[in-house]
Amino acid sequence: MAQHQVNYASSGGLPIALTSVDHLVNWGRSNSLWPLTYGLACCAIEMMASGGSRYDFDRFGTIFRASPRQSDVMILAGTLSKKHAEFARRLYDQMTEPKWVISMGSCANTGGMFNTYSTVQGVDRIIPVDIYLPGCAPRPETLQYALMMLQKKIRKESANMNKNTKQNLRLI
Amino acid sequence: MRKYVPKGNVQKQSYYTDRFHVVPTTPRTEVASDAIYAEQLEKLSAKVEVLSSRIELECMVVEINHADNFQAIETLKEECGYAMLSEMSAVDYLAKDGNFEIFYQMLNLKEAKRMRLVMRIEQGLAIESVVPLFKLANFAEREMFDMFGIVANNHPFMKRILMPEDWEGNPLLKTYPLHGDEFASWYEVDKIFGKDAREAIGPENRDEAKIERYDSKRFSRVGYEVPFGAELNAENETKTEIEYSKTFLVDYTKGETKQLKERK
Repeated sequence: MAQHQVNYASSGGLPIALTSVDHLVNWGRSNSLWPLTYGLACCAIEMMASGGSRYDFDRFGTIFRASPRQSDVMILAGTLSKKHAEFARRLYDQMTEPKWVISMGSCANTGGMFNTYSTVQGVDRIIPVDIYLPGCAPRPETLQYALMMLQKKIRKESANMNKNTKQNLRLI
Repeated sequence: MRKYVPKGNVQKQSYYTDRFHVVPTTPRTEVASDAIYAEQLEKLSAKVEVLSSRIELECMVVEINHADNFQAIETLKEECGYAMLSEMSAVDYLAKDGNFEIFYQMLNLKEAKRMRLVMRIEQGLAIESVVPLFKLANFAEREMFDMFGIVANNHPFMKRILMPEDWEGNPLLKTYPLHGDEFASWYEVDKIFGKDAREAIGPENRDEAKIERYDSKRFSRVGYEVPFGAELNAENETKTEIEYSKTFLVDYTKGETKQLKERK
């Protein structure tokens, strides 16, 4: 039985990985991004397809949550009307820090084709956005790419969110 | 030949209008030409004052006074067999005639007949609700109130249906701007952050083709590349050499070309 003993000093190093706290924390954060299901219009269909088995968001550690208390990312998928803006902001405020926002589709980015009195002309007027995803509607691959870009961004950030550049809206 | 019109400023007005264009109208016939409609109109005119009547596109159109609307619809439902109210709303004729037109589109399923009851009403006056007769009128009258500001008296739940409750203005009026008025453009900012945040957030961008030359975060100019987010203004804008990828460029001036001796 004694033969199974491993001599760490002689056989290829100790089972120790050296890293920084930032790296470790961001590794955890970026690989378990739980988005809030926030489909507002037709972009939601593409978002649902991304979560389904064919495009399979689960392999990124991305599981859609139905509660803002359990989510890290808000994917604003679709046209945000002025009537609804208040509730979008409230849901964003209910999410726990750290939190990120993906603005999905033309309507969420700029109001898109709805250049009218009742549509919010870009969700960045009420919520600080991390990733703007263009398209009408963006394909699931594009949403996956946006999520990967967000992971990349998180990995570059400091684990201490106070050190990161704050968007002006987060301060208000 | 087409008449010559100067085309200097095409944005100002359309330089081409069809000289032979005639505004299309639909033929109108007397109600007496249809036996069923004539009988229904007779029943209706016994109860309320009929101002005008016609048949247009196989649909009877009857104009009455707005004060008689409940009585008229009750008669149409009980005596003339119009069991369905398909739609009701208003049309803004304030600029043209100084009033609204309210219409009730009704359907008789037994005789397969449609009719439209129209009435004119001045701004500020209220109409009697027809919810006791037709449940459809509940949402339709609320929408009419929301979009035009026409109140329906004795409605069970008279409040806005599409716009938020604290909204100002009636969006379907011809005088209401498409991009919204001052109130509409700041609505979500005022509501969420308060009026103090207006300055920090800034006005809405309604120009779809907007390009900011010195915004290095969202735009970049070919031949004037700067790092992302660099401070840029008219003074420090400098020309940069355009670099093309060597991989895709083919230099034809060099030798190494092969000339075939004969045609393949």
